[in-house]
Amino acid sequence: MNTVVSSAADAADYVAAQQVAAGALPAAGTPWLDASRDKAKAILADVGLPTARLEDWKYTNTRSITRSKFDPVLRSESWSEAAVIEQLQIPELQSHRLVFADGIFVSEFSNSADLPRGVRVMSMAQLLQSEPEYLKSALGSALPESPHGFTAMNSSFISDGAFVEIGSEVILDKPIELLFISACSGKDRLGLPRNLVLCRSGSSATVVERYLSATKSRSLTNVVTEVVLDDSASLNHYRVVDESADSFHVGGLFAQQDQSSRLDACSVVVGGGLVRNDVLVNLNAPGAAVDLTGLYLGRGRSHVDNHTHVVHHTPEGTSREHYKGILDDRSRAVFHGRITVGSGAQQTDSEQSNQNLLLSRDAEVDTKPQLEIYADDVKCAHGVTVGQLDENAVFYLRARGVGEDEARKMLTLAFAADVLAKIELPALKGYLEHCVSDLLLSVSHTS
Amino acid sequence: MLSVTDLDVSVNGGMILNELNLEVQAGEVHAIMGPNGSGKSTFANVLAGHPGYEVTAGSVIYEGQDLLQMDPEERARQGVFLAFQYPVEIPGVSNVYLLKAAVNEIRKHRGESELDAVKFLKLVREKLKLVDMKEEFMHRSVNEGFSGGEKKRNEIFQMAMLEPKLAILDETDSGLDIDALKVVAQGVNELRDASRSIVMVTHYQRLLDYIVPDYVHVLAGGRVLKSGGKELALELEEHGYGWIEDQSAELLETRA
Repeated sequence: MNTVVSSAADAADYVAAQQVAAGALPAAGTPWLDASRDKAKAILADVGLPTARLEDWKYTNTRSITRSKFDPVLRSESWSEAAVIEQLQIPELQSHRLVFADGIFVSEFSNSADLPRGVRVMSMAQLLQSEPEYLKSALGSALPESPHGFTAMNSSFISDGAFVEIGSEVILDKPIELLFISACSGKDRLGLPRNLVLCRSGSSATVVERYLSATKSRSLTNVVTEVVLDDSASLNHYRVVDESADSFHVGGLFAQQDQSSRLDACSVVVGGGLVRNDVLVNLNAPGAAVDLTGLYLGRGRSHVDNHTHVVHHTPEGTSREHYKGILDDRSRAVFHGRITVGSGAQQTDSEQSNQNLLLSRDAEVDTKPQLEIYADDVKCAHGVTVGQLDENAVFYLRARGVGEDEARKMLTLAFAADVLAKIELPALKGYLEHCVSDLLLSVSHTS
Repeated sequence: MLSVTDLDVSVNGGMILNELNLEVQAGEVHAIMGPNGSGKSTFANVLAGHPGYEVTAGSVIYEGQDLLQMDPEERARQGVFLAFQYPVEIPGVSNVYLLKAAVNEIRKHRGESELDAVKFLKLVREKLKLVDMKEEFMHRSVNEGFSGGEKKRNEIFQMAMLEPKLAILDETDSGLDIDALKVVAQGVNELRDASRSIVMVTHYQRLLDYIVPDYVHVLAGGRVLKSGGKELALELEEHGYGWIEDQSAELLETRA
């Protein structure tokens, strides 16, 4: 069956590469970790890499990824391009920062010296080597039950990435910034960062993941971030993908939430050739709340696919989801937002919306909101819109002396304004506003 | 100031304005009245450059220049202002942001430097008083969630900020209660001066009690059927538009 809907052959190269590399991966020989990697490898070999024949990949053709063979980067290649860091950083963003080159930690550009007591921010490889047992219960705990081939691939290699732990009752004001730079060394490199964010009870923190390209070389980033929120913990999570037009990006954000915890996750896709983001949030105890916001910009022939799934297992959970897309040129986007309200999840309060602005006749979006409700006392709403700029508004602005291009730019920024307004870090917000404006420099008139 | 000659305008192939003529001198206030569907709002929108209307014949000369050749933004920068009948709601763009952009575009066009934040705010506060609006309005999205009266006041406020040479008020009185109408009219009257012309499009005589025009024109079937002084509005009030339309029908018969 699996061979019909996916391509095990496409996965074979990665299965073989894992077999060669396994013995030298961080903490190899640790029985539970070996077993976990082997299991993931078996899943990868079995399900293969997804193809458009799978319902969850219907509108995203992975051929552009699978027709190339990407070479996993599993250990440091002494990448040290200070000029690239200089160019990619957001100068005003004060943060505790870890930098990764093709998925591998680069200590030289990282800065996490002044962390308060109870907070750990470090390389996953280092922690695996020094204290593998510390990760045993948490690593892999938030993954979906049936991961797709890319997620399985990431789990089969677990080598480096970021480990973040916010101790109980710690309120961390300064954000933690994880800067992932792809296409650092040569063509067709595969970065496989694996991140784990543990938020202990009553803690509060902000984590920013940014994905950027060092060069214009073709590359694949296949990243998994797991988030575990203990009771009453809260996390502001930002994820910004701004890679080159020749890059491929498959990312997963998988979260487990305990009682009265709160996750605000904001995903912004600014650039990249093909970007697929999977989000899975499990609300496992009463009173947990999640707020997902997203903004995706498409230009050229880019393709952005956002798949989100929020599962309410228990009563009195709240979920909000608000994704917006701005698509120009021949770009394409997919939104699939699924909300499951289990039979035990009474008094669930859930709202979902997806709004799309098409700036070009050739841009396209496939959007699919999906509510599955098995409880009877719930409040759920969802809505979808796909539209163009309001020409009456364009005329109104022009009639006030604002030039046509500027009017369209103003209205497009206004469309994105409510998503950007949720970004609490002014430096990050400014950077993203700039990205939206940049998109519009090349705005194609539909008239 | 404005000279409209034999203007024909159509929308989707249907003729809305038919050989319309109008002369407006600097400092004059003209009222254009007419029944629904007479082409009043079309005329206002054509003057502002709305792309939905096609001018098929005739000319519009504004300050010696061919107005019809100009983009809407160019007209605005040259001093043409349209107060919209239905001001557009623009979520996500604040009033202050729009006004700052508009004021500076117009200043740039005049070869003036951009207003700094302090001077801009001072100007905003001064003009807000004209229409009795609170400063908090400035930080709300343009017209979003505004009541009908607030929207109309906002139009007049924008007009006060942009100081046009030719202001076109499209049914600025519609949807206003008497108190709001007085505020709006007072705002307009304060802006009357010897170098500014105003063209008011309205269905009702009521507005003209508060903004007294120099000339009144009656529009029907896309053309000016009768022009006169302010007393013409009173005749209309007494006899209704039917009186004019009857004359119009006779006229058409004569021509046929």
